[in-house]
Amino acid sequence: MNFEGLDYLAIRRLIFQRKASCRQLTNHYLSQIDAAKKFNAFISVLKKYALTSAELLDQRLQKSDAGPLAGLVIAVKDNINFRDSLSTCGSKILANYVSPYNATVIEKLLNADAIVIGKTNMDEFGMGSSGENSFFGPVKNPLDPNRAAGGSSAGSAVAVAASLSTAALGSDTGGSIRQPAAFCGVVGLKPTYGRVSRFGLVAFASSLEEIGPITKSVADAAAILEVIAGHDTKDATSARQPVKNYSDIIRARSRKIRIGLPREYFVAEVTPEIKTAILEVVKKLEQQGAEVEWISLPHTEFAIAAYYIIAAAEASSNLARYDGVRYGFRSDGSQDIEQMYLNSRSDGFGEEVKRRILLGTFVLSSGYYENYYRRAQKVRHLIHLDFKAAFQQCDCLIAPTVPTTAFFLGEKIRDPLQMYLSDVFTVPANLAGIPAMSVPCGTDSNGLPIGLQIMADHFNEETLLQTGNAVESIVKQCKLH
Amino acid sequence: MYISSAEIEKIAQLAKLKLGQSEKQELLRQLGDIIAYVEKINQLDLSQVPAADSADIEPVNLRQDKIEAGLTPQQALMNAPAKNKGFFSVPKVIKK
Repeated sequence: MNFEGLDYLAIRRLIFQRKASCRQLTNHYLSQIDAAKKFNAFISVLKKYALTSAELLDQRLQKSDAGPLAGLVIAVKDNINFRDSLSTCGSKILANYVSPYNATVIEKLLNADAIVIGKTNMDEFGMGSSGENSFFGPVKNPLDPNRAAGGSSAGSAVAVAASLSTAALGSDTGGSIRQPAAFCGVVGLKPTYGRVSRFGLVAFASSLEEIGPITKSVADAAAILEVIAGHDTKDATSARQPVKNYSDIIRARSRKIRIGLPREYFVAEVTPEIKTAILEVVKKLEQQGAEVEWISLPHTEFAIAAYYIIAAAEASSNLARYDGVRYGFRSDGSQDIEQMYLNSRSDGFGEEVKRRILLGTFVLSSGYYENYYRRAQKVRHLIHLDFKAAFQQCDCLIAPTVPTTAFFLGEKIRDPLQMYLSDVFTVPANLAGIPAMSVPCGTDSNGLPIGLQIMADHFNEETLLQTGNAVESIVKQCKLH
Repeated sequence: MYISSAEIEKIAQLAKLKLGQSEKQELLRQLGDIIAYVEKINQLDLSQVPAADSADIEPVNLRQDKIEAGLTPQQALMNAPAKNKGFFSVPKVIKK
């Protein structure tokens, strides 16, 4: 049985029609993972666990007693806790951390009969846009191993792009699902803030981050989202909004949709090939009946500045817990507790994490708090208002996910500011808490994937998925993909 | 210079990080660049704008404060770098 290139819905049919078993499927991915070690997508592979789960599930399938995600072999970003397995966050400080509990998303996936195949490599604690900031070495883009896979959910995007798993979970604080999805040519969905429980997600910047699926198709993203979404008493920020049956919704014929094109996302810094590819798809959507208009999100240019102040401030606070006492790395030979804190944190954290902790401590420190942190929160409010006004005029926004296609490994690593600027079109959605998705939109002249980003209003994932589905059909028909 | 050598030493101490000399020099340059960039927000008149404390989408939902099963002591200690008789163990805090 050849599973290569199949999305979850296609695999699901094979499994439910008994044309393939979960054991065959899991073995297929395990051998793919072995053959693709050079991309460094996984930190740990749960071979024994996955095969045992697959065998048990095959027995239940025989009795027609299988959950809605049977046949989904999923890779999970290594900042999401999975009981009795390593959850390293790509950091030396958690290199030996074994989780004693499951994240809520993991509980939900297991209850739906998904099989977890392994934990994926990532920029340390989610801090990075290239997949290079991992203690376990850089992740490589399967389409060109000299290029970055994007970040921080680098391994998750590679796992899906290189067919090492059916789908993956990532987390997105400033674009960490969408940007690697764009660089690797797969679908990446960041749900509305509060849509999916973050209980068991290791915290980096709590007011910004969200867990979401990385998949081969928009329909797969819908199938996973409807399982992992919903209120959770263990996460005070999780919303009580009802969860819809997204798989059915995307199949329904969509009403006439109003699409906004934000001018600030089609500026000179965007590669012309990317602009052309996206506008071509938008033209086709218009021919199919969509209304299209240019709109403005006037505070876009301030988003990166506000984001890096707020995210760094929250990181400096969240990462204070790594002190070498209760879990994580402790440096040997410290004479007193103060030295132990200093040595453990200085030896345990990587460069980018230290940089952000220092930046965050600076913007929160006495004398600077009002000028930086407080002002950044005000800018955040303005960005939120920009989107609110835009969604009065249109149902969703279409824009590039990233201004360029995948850059070379090493290209930006010594210049953190340049690295941060690659997130210019993804951070606004996190600041406003709105849902956003990157959908593949053909390739550039180097054969590198282009990501088309769709953004919608809070809790309006259905418009996101319906539009994404339409974009996907157009791209397939035009053979842009 | 957006951040001085003395300031970086002070914040490193607050953040419980120690920096080598060459590390400090590179951080001065990198953090200086980043701070110069984020000062862009000073171009805006923000005097009348309220500060968003979070994404401001939904009120925070606190659950009832009642006792539920959590981690066992063994689970809570399983990742401890040093433990002793059911407690976390650290270098001596109280000086003689």
